[in-house]
Amino acid sequence: MSAKPYSNPYLAGFGLGLVLLSAFVIMGRGLGASGAFASGAAAVAAAAAPKSAGANDYFARYLSASGSPRIDWLVVELIGVVIGGFVSAVLAGRFRREIEKGPRISDAARLRLAFTGGGVMGVGAVLARGCTSGQALTGGALLSVGSWIFIGAAFAAAYAAAPLLRKTWI
Amino acid sequence: MIAPFFENGVFGETASLGVALAIGIAFGWFLERSGMGSARKLAGQFYLRDLTVFKVMFTAIITAMLGVFWLGWAGALDVDRIFVPETWILPQLAGGVIFGIGFAISGLCPGTSCVAAATGRIDGLAVVAGMFAGVLGTGLLFTRLQAFYFSTPRGVYTLPQLFNASQGAIVFGVVLIAFAGFRIAEMIERRFTRASIE
Repeated sequence: MSAKPYSNPYLAGFGLGLVLLSAFVIMGRGLGASGAFASGAAAVAAAAAPKSAGANDYFARYLSASGSPRIDWLVVELIGVVIGGFVSAVLAGRFRREIEKGPRISDAARLRLAFTGGGVMGVGAVLARGCTSGQALTGGALLSVGSWIFIGAAFAAAYAAAPLLRKTWI
Repeated sequence: MIAPFFENGVFGETASLGVALAIGIAFGWFLERSGMGSARKLAGQFYLRDLTVFKVMFTAIITAMLGVFWLGWAGALDVDRIFVPETWILPQLAGGVIFGIGFAISGLCPGTSCVAAATGRIDGLAVVAGMFAGVLGTGLLFTRLQAFYFSTPRGVYTLPQLFNASQGAIVFGVVLIAFAGFRIAEMIERRFTRASIE
């Protein structure tokens, strides 16, 4: 089956906005992604060293009072994201085993950059208390000043860094 | 006042996890439909070739923002019971800069990397692994970052407070800016397509 083209961005964005609005109306909270990573990291830290994880002010908030991992709302939500993305891609013929990159970079180099970039984003998401989902989309729609600072800083930095990474994509 | 339903005790913790799964599935669906699970497409944003990210993100933001505003105005949604992310000026500024650099390096963000990985992209899986390592590492070093992490707190601090304006005026302003941004985005994309054909 050949891959179908992607939806109109405004239409997909409207759908995404309605999902976010549903989260506000049903749950009283928005969407997230990096929070689920933090929850998972806290669980790993707690399994490796229960005492120090419970004493760590960052991990402790993702653990139960007894220091054991608990089922976090965002973790279940992110499992949903994986399912929803997979189903949508399969139905549109867009599931493809590949490494997305530009023509001038090797697979190994692209994978190294992907891992590195992910790690850098992890540091930023901890400091900013969220990512494109929890800060940009959620906090943006709720008009939080800190979220708009995050949006401005993240896009400005990405545009500033992009010329140095041209070879990865173009 | 009825909504938000969970905050007002309409259903409990266990049911909330079912809601989490359903909302997540819909979230992942629309991310994939818009092409946001593709690193090549996302990176196009930073070289002004494909401004899908901007269009999708800002359409979503203004849709949800207007929904909250109108439902609140109609009295169907208790806006005060929605959890608003708190503002911490310097950590969020620095976090945003670091995050943006990581975004440009990896070509994906945390949510979209999960969609990329779920749709077979190996680079998406590498971003997921890197993101996990980054959060774990930063968490382990948290005691050293703590002073900065908790600096410049502003609590729940919103644009209407910052500009000393009504919520309606700010909502209207954000919609105007978004529509101006959409126009500019279309112009940039048109110019780029023409340039690449010539």
